[in-house]
Amino acid sequence: MWLLPLLIVGITVALSVPMGVYLAKIMDGRYQPPAVFRWFERQLDTGPQNWKQYAVSMLLFNTVMFAFGYLVLAVQPMMPLNQKDSVFADGKGMLSPSTIFNTATSFLTNTNLQHYSGEQHLSYFSQLVFVVFNMFTSAAVGFCALAAIIRGLRGDEHMGNYYLDMWRVVVYVFIPFSVLTGILLMAAGMPMTLEPSAEAQTVQVGAMGSNDDGTPKTQVIARGPVAAVLPIKHLGTNGGGFFGANSAHPFENPNAWTNVLECVSILIFPFSLIVMFGRMLKQDRHAAVIYAVMMTMFVGMIVWAVCHDSLTPNPAFTKHEAVVIDIAGASKKEVPALAALPVDSEGLGNTEGKELRFGPSAGATFAAVTTAVTCGSVNCMHDSLNPLAGITPLIGMQLNCVFGGKGVGMVNMLVYLVVGVFLAGLMVGRTPEYLGKKIEAREMKLAMLALLIHPIMILGPTGLFAALDWGKTATNNPGSHGFSEVLYEFSSASANNGSGFEGLGDTYGFNDGKKNLSAPATYAVHWDIATGLVMLISRFIPIIAPLALAASLSRKKRTPFTSGTMRTDTVTFGFVLLGTVLLIGALLFLPSLALGPVAEHFGPMPFGR
Amino acid sequence: MTATMTEPMRTTDDETKSVRQISRRKGLFAPDLMKAAFLQSLAMLRPDKMWKNPVMFVVEVGTALSMVYTVVKVVDPGSTRATIGYLVALDVWLLLTVLFANFAEALAEARGKAQADALRKTRQETLAFRLRGMSDDFKAALNASPSTFERTVSTDLKEGDLVVIDAGQLIPNDGEIVAGVASVDESAITGESAPVVREAGGDRSGVTGGTRVLSDRIVVRVTAAAGKSFLDRMIALVEGASRQRTPNEIALSLVLSAFTLIFLIVVAALWPMAANAESYMGDFLGVKDLKSLGTDIPTLVALLVCLIPTTIGALLAAIGIAGMDRALRANLIAKSGKAVEVAGDVDTLLLDKTGTITMGNRKATKFLPLGDLIASDVGHLAALSSAADETPEGKSIVDLYRRLPGGSPASANPPQGARFVPFTAQTRMSGVDLPDGRRIRKGASDAVLKHVQAMGGSAPVTLQEQVSAYASQGATPLLIAEDNRIVGLVVLEDILKPGIRERFERLRKMGIRTVMVTGDNPLTAKSIASQAGVDDYIAEATPEAKLAYIRKEQQGGRLVAMMGDGTNDAPALAQADLGVCMNSGTQAAKEAGNMVDLDSDPTKLIEVVEIGKQLLMTRGALTTFSIANDLAKYFAIVPALFAGTLPWLKALDFMHLASPTSAILSAVIFNAIIIPCLIPIALKGVRYRPVGADALLRRNLLIWGLGGVILPFVGIKLIDVVLSVIPGVA
Repeated sequence: MWLLPLLIVGITVALSVPMGVYLAKIMDGRYQPPAVFRWFERQLDTGPQNWKQYAVSMLLFNTVMFAFGYLVLAVQPMMPLNQKDSVFADGKGMLSPSTIFNTATSFLTNTNLQHYSGEQHLSYFSQLVFVVFNMFTSAAVGFCALAAIIRGLRGDEHMGNYYLDMWRVVVYVFIPFSVLTGILLMAAGMPMTLEPSAEAQTVQVGAMGSNDDGTPKTQVIARGPVAAVLPIKHLGTNGGGFFGANSAHPFENPNAWTNVLECVSILIFPFSLIVMFGRMLKQDRHAAVIYAVMMTMFVGMIVWAVCHDSLTPNPAFTKHEAVVIDIAGASKKEVPALAALPVDSEGLGNTEGKELRFGPSAGATFAAVTTAVTCGSVNCMHDSLNPLAGITPLIGMQLNCVFGGKGVGMVNMLVYLVVGVFLAGLMVGRTPEYLGKKIEAREMKLAMLALLIHPIMILGPTGLFAALDWGKTATNNPGSHGFSEVLYEFSSASANNGSGFEGLGDTYGFNDGKKNLSAPATYAVHWDIATGLVMLISRFIPIIAPLALAASLSRKKRTPFTSGTMRTDTVTFGFVLLGTVLLIGALLFLPSLALGPVAEHFGPMPFGR
Repeated sequence: MTATMTEPMRTTDDETKSVRQISRRKGLFAPDLMKAAFLQSLAMLRPDKMWKNPVMFVVEVGTALSMVYTVVKVVDPGSTRATIGYLVALDVWLLLTVLFANFAEALAEARGKAQADALRKTRQETLAFRLRGMSDDFKAALNASPSTFERTVSTDLKEGDLVVIDAGQLIPNDGEIVAGVASVDESAITGESAPVVREAGGDRSGVTGGTRVLSDRIVVRVTAAAGKSFLDRMIALVEGASRQRTPNEIALSLVLSAFTLIFLIVVAALWPMAANAESYMGDFLGVKDLKSLGTDIPTLVALLVCLIPTTIGALLAAIGIAGMDRALRANLIAKSGKAVEVAGDVDTLLLDKTGTITMGNRKATKFLPLGDLIASDVGHLAALSSAADETPEGKSIVDLYRRLPGGSPASANPPQGARFVPFTAQTRMSGVDLPDGRRIRKGASDAVLKHVQAMGGSAPVTLQEQVSAYASQGATPLLIAEDNRIVGLVVLEDILKPGIRERFERLRKMGIRTVMVTGDNPLTAKSIASQAGVDDYIAEATPEAKLAYIRKEQQGGRLVAMMGDGTNDAPALAQADLGVCMNSGTQAAKEAGNMVDLDSDPTKLIEVVEIGKQLLMTRGALTTFSIANDLAKYFAIVPALFAGTLPWLKALDFMHLASPTSAILSAVIFNAIIIPCLIPIALKGVRYRPVGADALLRRNLLIWGLGGVILPFVGIKLIDVVLSVIPGVA
């Protein structure tokens, strides 16, 4: 039960230190590239940039990426590599405009919220050109932003060059490690082919039903260049699956070992970026404290999920007493007692929606891993997690700094850190300072702006959709669970995570409604646009504001360290940081969590167990 | 001038002194202050004034909104499920929250005003004698006849006017003595009864309006017209009229506003979420209009008020004013609130050796004879050479000889016909030519050696060793020469102030570097520095050296504080991040610094730093407390909000509160009464302990952070217990 999480965390921690050192070397330009690469670097390097230039370059690059992504998806039917099979005889058509907007935004912002299903809606061309390209570049954006922020914090004159940083991250980090991981995954049986879906006669004739003419249907087994997408899907904490079932699909996650490999590759960069942070700042101890704080929360998330899911049976199978609902203004109503079902899931906990081939705690562990670091790929149905276990992915996305996405997680933590330093710094009787730089009104304005966006973008739309039919009729389940579905969707969008609680009718599909296997959801357009906007706002403001903050700090004079200065490399500071994150996180999200998973847990059937 | 001019003013003087002493003793909640603060807190309810404090403004708007809904409930009882009694109780406590906040600020202001009023008593109209016509010959004015003066009152004096003040009269305005020397009673502003000497020229020429000349006549040039003096400026700062928020206060207000905005969103989003719960539970139970407190506007306002940082929002202004007030109580006049804040950040303290580290001046402690002479012989010659030396050092030599076993008081006086040779910068010696032709000289070793060699004499071989031995111990050896023969040494030593080492130890723990500034030579300076335990020293200090040192420290990012008095200190005072000028200092120095110390006490710098740190700490502690408080309020209010829709959320209420309404009221009441409970801490400040930043942080985190999380659980439960026995609430 505990071996799997231990193995995953242990391997990643061990790898993160050398990896962090390597990353610092790359981002500081302390390497000797081959002559060809040097030539490319010279072409890309537009010279040192200040924070505004850096931010503008980043926005410009992202605008181009968006236009490119939208275009590729829009012309899908006209492009080559549009695989045809008996289900989609003339290949994949054009997606609805709102879905294209949502998808282009989603991959641009490293969210990979998928309001479509990979094997149904995307051609191999779209997968390879749109998905893979975006996965490499969008993942590098946060990485670059962190590098630029570190340069600001340590007082460099310039924030670096955005285009050069992009090159370094993609070419020296993502591509080599993706190739390596891809080879390992293919060795474990992951398909890498441009052949269309395999079609097979089922062993039991007619198992797939029969056609109108009475002949038995063949089984259509989707496949494709999966191993091209998968490595960067995890290494870049993208999370957008090749198939709708994501990493629960046997082709995306063949066996227990690939499951471990995928978890490690999700975590490796977020972990090692903290090491890089310390290396680049020459503040290893400070980085160690941050690492420890994040690790504490991370371990807490895993333990919580495993305890409440892998060690607790599915409440649908257990005995429940009758409950009388007695509320002022309504007549009493009794929810009848339920007898336990004779299902033996001893030692397995809640097995609903799990792939047991990965191990009993694999689902809960993966849920914690993927939401802590804003990856968003899944290997189990989050909708089926026990109510309390569902808090783990929600909290991971709402805090968004438990290692967090590559770069952005550390940037988010930096915002909490600045708030914590401001309050704790005053308590030692000095005006607050971080890394020897005074934190004043301008820095606090930027930090609070970055802090504000995330809760606004989660709670505002959740409230809106929960109160209107947009949300109420889109949920699969009534009551608290339906509320959790809405809350989860916006938490995922705002955290740029991309995983889904599922159970939400948010898919439109092909623009030509008749081509869809199931009818477009009534409010799919609303969901597409709302989550698209949330992803955009929550992506760029929390990157640009800290960038400006770091630039503002870089211009300040460094105050020397004295015994009256608050230290940022002690256990005490670790508690300050942990306390700040947990307290602010609790204050922001406690009511919504109470209405969702907590109410579901305590409430009677049919509003929960 | 006659005595009658001054007679009527005596009583006022005594009064001011006693008023000042009383105002300092006054308790935190003196009845007259309370009354003034109460009235003021009502006046501050005006929205255009509340606007300046965003946190409390939100509370005020929320209160108004809640009241509107109460009226609606009276008109249309079906509008909400909440009872009238509950709504009225909410309105009252929300209003009280605003009033408590206003009261805190008003009380701090009233206390500051009381201090200021006492000081202002010294600024009443006093009689002044203005010199007619401006002449450069100030000395002449000292002996001029009364007919040349113009009788006027202090409020009519303008900057640059010359006034003549006689013994017994009050000095009308702040100014600078241009002629004469006088002893002045400054007790009206410092509370110190011992008179001080003020004289023209030099660094003790500044006089303050409202103080009394005890002896002699002086001519003073007025440097600040009535109402423009430092004291007037400080009074204005305390009274709030011209109070400007400090940089850190602005940053903190920003954080508080941002938190307010965040909670506004949390609460606003809760309304549709609660509506969602009402809708599905209504469907399930088959009720059309299921209503819970979750969509009741006054209840949501209550939740909002509980969450936004009202505690610190209410006390922030009071903390700032109290910081100024504490400085004033320490007889420090800050020219801006920022000066007090900067004090907390000071990294380097420049301290004058004399008066701060050592007791006053150096004293002669030993006569060392050379050759076949004995100590009293050397003493006799040294005393003779110092007979006309009015410096404290010279006097101490005579004193030492008189107390010497072999010395006789009478022989210390030089015989008739002796001619004194005064100290000059060129010779660097002083002495006496006796009638019998003997020439006795006393001075620094190199000067005397040169003098002796010029006259054909020579120095004993062991002399240089002895001189440097004493110099390296921090003492100053002076040589005594009789004609061309060196007869011996006088050892002058500095006496360290008692407890000064411990004070520097304390400063080191605070993370502050101490630098001793002295005119001594490097050897002496080094020795005293190590005896006193300072971190560094500036020897043979000139104003330029001080300025250069400050610049060097600032280059390294350090904030420097220094104290000075003389005109030549002005550039350094201006350059320092915190320049404290002594009240006795020159006008130029006062203008250059950002604080004036009425007591002219050089050790005050240390106090200033602690006041600054206390101010910052109080802000941080109460903000942390305020935000930490919120957690408990959630556990009280959230289950209550959904009692009407999701009754099973009661499981979150582990305080087991009596009823949903009493839970909400308890949280609101706790939130309100914590404000007056913390007023004493806001006004007195959180105590600063020099234990190092880490230990201090741990301590404050435990008290204000963890304490802030735990206390409201207890407080809300207690209030709930009280409320539950009141019929109609539960």
